[in-house]
Amino acid sequence: MTISNEIKLELYKKMVLVRSFESEISRAFAAGELKGFYHTCLGEEALCAGTGVPLRKDDRIFTTHRCHGQTLVKGLDPRRMMAEIYGRIDGCCRGRGGSIHLADRESGCMGSNGIVGKDIAIAVGAAYAQKYRKSDAVTVAYFGDGACGTGAFHEGLNMAGVMKLPIIFVCHNNLYAQMTSIKWHCPIKNIADRAVGYGMPGQSVDGNDVFRVYESFSRALKRARVGQGPSLIEGKTFRWHGHYEGDPCKYLLEGELEKWMKKDPIKRCEKVLKMEKLLTDEEIHKIAQEAESRIKEAVEFARKSPSPGVDEVFKDILV
Amino acid sequence: MSEKMTLNFSWAVNYGIKEEMHRDPDVCLFGEEVATIGGAFGQNRGLLDEFGPERVQDTPISEATIVAMAIGAAIEGLRPICEIMFMNFLTLCADEIYNQAAKMRWMFGGQFQVPMVIKTVTAGGWGAGAHHSSSLEAWFAHTPGLKVVMPATPYDGKGLIKSAIRDDNPVLFIEPLASYRIKEEIPTEEYLVPIGKAVVKKEGNDITILSVGRMLQRAQQAVDTLAQNGINAELIDLLTVNPLDMETIYQSVKKTRRLIIIHEAQKICGIGAEIAADVSENLHEYLSAPVKRIGSHFAHMGTNQPAMDEAYLPQSNDVVKAAKDMLNYK
Repeated sequence: MTISNEIKLELYKKMVLVRSFESEISRAFAAGELKGFYHTCLGEEALCAGTGVPLRKDDRIFTTHRCHGQTLVKGLDPRRMMAEIYGRIDGCCRGRGGSIHLADRESGCMGSNGIVGKDIAIAVGAAYAQKYRKSDAVTVAYFGDGACGTGAFHEGLNMAGVMKLPIIFVCHNNLYAQMTSIKWHCPIKNIADRAVGYGMPGQSVDGNDVFRVYESFSRALKRARVGQGPSLIEGKTFRWHGHYEGDPCKYLLEGELEKWMKKDPIKRCEKVLKMEKLLTDEEIHKIAQEAESRIKEAVEFARKSPSPGVDEVFKDILV
Repeated sequence: MSEKMTLNFSWAVNYGIKEEMHRDPDVCLFGEEVATIGGAFGQNRGLLDEFGPERVQDTPISEATIVAMAIGAAIEGLRPICEIMFMNFLTLCADEIYNQAAKMRWMFGGQFQVPMVIKTVTAGGWGAGAHHSSSLEAWFAHTPGLKVVMPATPYDGKGLIKSAIRDDNPVLFIEPLASYRIKEEIPTEEYLVPIGKAVVKKEGNDITILSVGRMLQRAQQAVDTLAQNGINAELIDLLTVNPLDMETIYQSVKKTRRLIIIHEAQKICGIGAEIAADVSENLHEYLSAPVKRIGSHFAHMGTNQPAMDEAYLPQSNDVVKAAKDMLNYK
């Protein structure tokens, strides 16, 4: 599949934006400016960009606690996202959801779920509605390897398969479910091999190669848009900062993190783009600066935004 | 005088769904056995033929995902009715009801609304056994962001299913399977029964009997027996378990000064416990006797054991005895 130069650069820029945002979260946490649990996706930017860039505004994504990257690529304004993470009233969820419960209806981010696997099954419902309305919009359900043991995963894929729904299941297989290695929680090597059991194609890709992710996802997207039903894509990747910021990561194998950091999706993409003369060092620097500047602006916006009033507790319980 | 038709509970709800599906193309129905065989109890007969397979759909046995799918569809603007065959199976989708549907609106800053109906059946009195006979409305009364309704009559069944479908919140609609054959004359013209309103079925002055779900018929028997004993009871059908219509209950108890609550769910920690506590707290000076709750024993129902069932369930005589005791209370 030929990827246009324009898209290649877009993929690169989005990865840099995610990296910049997550690095700031990490820095702020380490500095004691943010307190709580922040499940950053540093290292997983290629899956976020490769699956997010091809989507339209009217497509939907559902995701998990590790939601910052996917939500940013889909189009949630980084200022409103940062404000939400800071728990301020100008956050996308008025400060009520925080880092793990991001949602932005406007950009099609239909909610990040705190119950592992449950976003998958709700996503199936959105796809059901898209099919019901005879729309060619599609839904993406993001989840990790850990979710693949849940009933929601199996029921969700089964339901989507039998109803032939326009949904793409994207697994960030980062080899650990919270702190548990995949060898303890999954009897098979490739999650994608389960697809055949649910009546859909499955593909396992190098999750840190943004172009391979983009290609695989684009094929699945095309299928879904023309009514050919669901697909399962598994990207093999790795978390650079463990399950959450501050995770001592004692469960990792010797040298495991270093090995994966050498497969940095952004560095690999840079190498290709430089080789193809699509990027120079100055441009790389400029893109990094632009991203940092956007993130800085987001932090300022967040810090200026007031905390929600306690009356937020009592609003929006019922319509 | 408006025209009437005689329908049993099951058909009354069926007609209500049919009317709403004609009225609004976004209303759809899915769940186990709902389409091809018209419902495990025949309750959805005719809907597949009338509305087609895209709007009335059979699903795999996946309670959690049946409800999750309704959530996803509802936030996209559809008005799904998802059916869970027996109320006991709500345990399988309790996360979807409690953590997902009920919290979605608040948690995401008011961005979403979840206009869905979870339609289920409480099958106590059918001999269906411990895994199929429970009445769990109290579990879901404890859930902000969800509405829970329990009609007992064909009139209320039709009116409430229509209101539930039109409500922009998730609504748990609980039908009494053992009351499916009860018939009633209801208007042919369209009508709604509002959610959140308890209804005085019979006025009285001596004592208030508040009934929940299919205990209405037993409560009615008690009212009749008490009348023969010169006691004029006021009968209220709760209808909505969440949110509770305490105003109607207060108005009645201020008049009668005595309250008995009867429900099929176990007495301990049933919805009667909340109502009794609330009335005791807020109407203390009005009460001539402590509030009395009558519910099932804190036990289980067997399979095909009608005598055991009746030992477990509340009886109309329990209400009669309690009422007499309360009237003699010093």
